[in-house]
Amino acid sequence: MHKYANPTLFLRVSALLVPWLAAATLLLLTAGLYLALLASPPDYQQGESVRIMYVHVPAAWMALFCYTSMATASAIGLIWRHPIAELTAKATAPIGASFTFLALLTGSLWGKPMWGAWWVWDARLTSVLILFFLYLGYMALENAFDDPVRGNRAAAILALVGIVNVPIIKFSVDWWNTLHQPASVVRLDGPAIHPSMLAPLLVMAAAFTCYYLWVVLLRVQSEIIAGKIRGLRLRQAHG
Amino acid sequence: MRPKHKRLVFVGIGLGLLGFAAVLVLSAIRESVVFFHSPTEVAEQRTAVDRRMRLGGLVENGSIERGQGAQIRFRVTDFANAIPVTYTGVLPDLFREGQGVVVEGHLRDGVFIADQVLAKHDENYMPPEVADALKKSGQWQHMKESMQQAGQMPGKGTP
Repeated sequence: MHKYANPTLFLRVSALLVPWLAAATLLLLTAGLYLALLASPPDYQQGESVRIMYVHVPAAWMALFCYTSMATASAIGLIWRHPIAELTAKATAPIGASFTFLALLTGSLWGKPMWGAWWVWDARLTSVLILFFLYLGYMALENAFDDPVRGNRAAAILALVGIVNVPIIKFSVDWWNTLHQPASVVRLDGPAIHPSMLAPLLVMAAAFTCYYLWVVLLRVQSEIIAGKIRGLRLRQAHG
Repeated sequence: MRPKHKRLVFVGIGLGLLGFAAVLVLSAIRESVVFFHSPTEVAEQRTAVDRRMRLGGLVENGSIERGQGAQIRFRVTDFANAIPVTYTGVLPDLFREGQGVVVEGHLRDGVFIADQVLAKHDENYMPPEVADALKKSGQWQHMKESMQQAGQMPGKGTP
């Protein structure tokens, strides 16, 4: 694993990947939005409002995926002192927070016409709101120390403590009575969603995943370069 | 033990304890985490009487009676018990017979007086033509029943 801890090697590999990920994001997002907004049928109950789901569900998946990635990277950073993992965790936080905010916002827009309420305090909605606060807390803690290494370790511990919320979010709709509907796609007896609606959903999910990988590589690259500049300045000041 | 092994053990034990604590907390607060109670729980008075609460289930077929103005009466059922509900106000788009609803209010003399009605959407998504085709071929009832048996409709009890 320490082979990939080399920042120079990381910069070389990520420079190769970034243009491909950028192209894949644009292509998938264009195709996904076309399928979701124009080419897919309305729902038998929700009508055209179902189209909100094509943004809401992938955003919510990414909110959980980003948090799990952030916590895993934090654990690797804490235990093995892996520099790229530390930077990946830091770079993931704002992306995950944005996806969580998008999921909360689109869910609220869907909830008003369908449920009759912008917001309810059921287990699913409340646990996702806590996820959003965990992201904000991570970013605040990361920046609360003068020494970036200490800030990163403190934030990594918060990320690990918060991982307990991820299974709670996923299974909240099965464990408790909630207003939020249970899972439609990832469930034991196959998806409860028609293939004509599942296809745009999966394309959008692929687009969001490529977007995350693209942006996280860019952010880690700039963190490495910022670290190099900090090192040069220090040497200059002491030299 | 090398420092990184020590840290690995430390993180592992920490996460284990955290998970254990979370299970204890979640099982302790289970009652207050449920968003609504089923008609059976309310009928058996397993919930506190005369307190604000939410009741969830399906709108019973043929039970909707419209009164003066925006007043409406219907029954919420989980197929074991049904509770009569009265409500005055605007209903959400999805409100109809057979639809899952969550009503908020209080119980008085066996009648639930609601001041808010929320529609519960199920997890099935399909185009209108597919729904029509299912209804025509008689698969619809079969699907609804299997959903209820699987406990995926509102009105399931707490686990």
